[in-house]
Amino acid sequence: MFLSLFGAVETGAIYAIMALGVYLSFRVLDFPDLTVDGSFVTGAAVTAVMIMNGTSPLMATVLGALAGFLAGCITGIIHTKGNVNNLLSGILMMIALYSINLRVMGSPQISLMNDDTLKTQWGDIWDATGIDGVLNGMLETFGMEKLPSTWGIVIIMLLVIFLIKFLTDYFLKTEVGLALRATGDNQRMIRSFSANTDVLIILGIGLSNGLVALSGALIAQHGGFSDAGMGIGMIIIGLASVIIGEALFGAKTIARATFAVILGSIIYRVVVTFALRADFLEAGDMKLITALLVIIALVMPKIVQRRKEKRRRLAKRRALETEVSEHA
Amino acid sequence: MLNVEQIAVTFNEGTPDEKRALKQINLELKKGEFVTVIGGNGAGKSTLMNVISGNLIADVGNITINDKKVEGLAEYKRSRFIGRVFQDPMAGTAPSMTIEENLAIAFSRDKLRNIRPGVNKKRKEIFKEYLQTLHLGLENRLNARVGLLSGGERQALSLLMATFTEPEILLLDEHTAALDPARAELITDLTTEIVKKFDLTTLMVTHNMQQALDMGTRLIMMDQGQIILDIGEEEKQQLTIKDLMNEFQKIRGHQMVSDEAVLG
Repeated sequence: MFLSLFGAVETGAIYAIMALGVYLSFRVLDFPDLTVDGSFVTGAAVTAVMIMNGTSPLMATVLGALAGFLAGCITGIIHTKGNVNNLLSGILMMIALYSINLRVMGSPQISLMNDDTLKTQWGDIWDATGIDGVLNGMLETFGMEKLPSTWGIVIIMLLVIFLIKFLTDYFLKTEVGLALRATGDNQRMIRSFSANTDVLIILGIGLSNGLVALSGALIAQHGGFSDAGMGIGMIIIGLASVIIGEALFGAKTIARATFAVILGSIIYRVVVTFALRADFLEAGDMKLITALLVIIALVMPKIVQRRKEKRRRLAKRRALETEVSEHA
Repeated sequence: MLNVEQIAVTFNEGTPDEKRALKQINLELKKGEFVTVIGGNGAGKSTLMNVISGNLIADVGNITINDKKVEGLAEYKRSRFIGRVFQDPMAGTAPSMTIEENLAIAFSRDKLRNIRPGVNKKRKEIFKEYLQTLHLGLENRLNARVGLLSGGERQALSLLMATFTEPEILLLDEHTAALDPARAELITDLTTEIVKKFDLTTLMVTHNMQQALDMGTRLIMMDQGQIILDIGEEEKQQLTIKDLMNEFQKIRGHQMVSDEAVLG
């Protein structure tokens, strides 16, 4: 129980980078960008291949993210310069990336089990600190038996994701960031204030997919493999994180919204982990659970709102009736 | 300041729907001139505005602003020195962003946008000062989302955003037409005040003849893609709506058909 929760937070924090990317395109730019399914794998594939060829894991990760950024830029170019519908440009890029990813990897799956990755490098540094022993020792005194093998990843990933969150928050409040947000809000207005909406959309979708690819690169190193199919349904997972987070924690300000997206990603992982513990569900049902989760998260707030409205009106009507009967 | 030469625009050329929206228009505005434009539906007023703002490319002709040729410039590049307020109060602001963020966007109009915070302490003070001139209390609501404001407040904010960087040309496209009479009057007064304060070269399209007579230093009337009347400041002060109608009949040989041009 504790261990699966622990694992959910760990992977949730890595996927949260991807969810922030989806937030950028889907919410900030109002651009439902399906490139994500492909660019996630692109990040994983480029990083994995470079690590196998002896590039330093850090460099490989950065280049993986960069590859995703370029893929996103191309989606943006297809949409703005080619005047192609935004949904369609994302789908086209996603399909194109599937082939490109296979080319990059050379085979549908490659393993990193025998290579040095950011995970193993960080593991060495972390082990030297001996913090695991201290934390697990504390848990043992509380009587816990099954203990996590390392705390290192959860801690570094939470640090990384919050660093990315603060950078995103800062960026969205800069002059360029404000123009980017206005592009998603009112294109006509921002064009009348000398902003080149085409360039902003290309940049925004690029940044979004850069984050997605970074997430893919880290997942590949975390799991020790890259697979051509690992990106399937990624956009829906990202959406689930954004929508669950916003529904539970609100999105009044940018800082609040990005925080909500991160928590949404972690909660999504927790929910899926628990759902999969049910006997009648298999690992393959995960996408179905995700789709249902997104539908519920989209529909529930509306139902709740409608019921509230109804109750409010009913209360008002009753108050009026009693008032009338009192007068009579 | 603004020089429009031989501008012609034809829509749907070569089809049965062909419409010559502008026929060889010539117009020159001196620095600080405030020109009101009237005319019925389809007279070409909006097309003229769109051609100047770069929203529409003219078939032929030249446009120069402050001795710069602009007809090859994209809309977003021209908007560095052209301020615009649209008819729709929702069109000129970003609803999900706050008042100060909207002002920051407008503030960067004539500068290169950078990776530094759009709102800072110094700018906040500047924004507050400008907002005070609207007398709507918006200076106390810097962090309110613009989507929460009323139509009149949003249009007042749009007007401020379009003007406070002192653009070389200000284009007002029936910017009071979608408001109730009280709000329209507020925006009208603010417009007069702001244009005077910044000495802006202004082109204002309106459906309301009285407004066209009351405001500005010059009046032009358009019909079927041509400027048919051009009246200077002194003559304009003596004019009434009736005079304008008669003038139209004299030139066109038939009565002005569009009642809405009178009623606004």
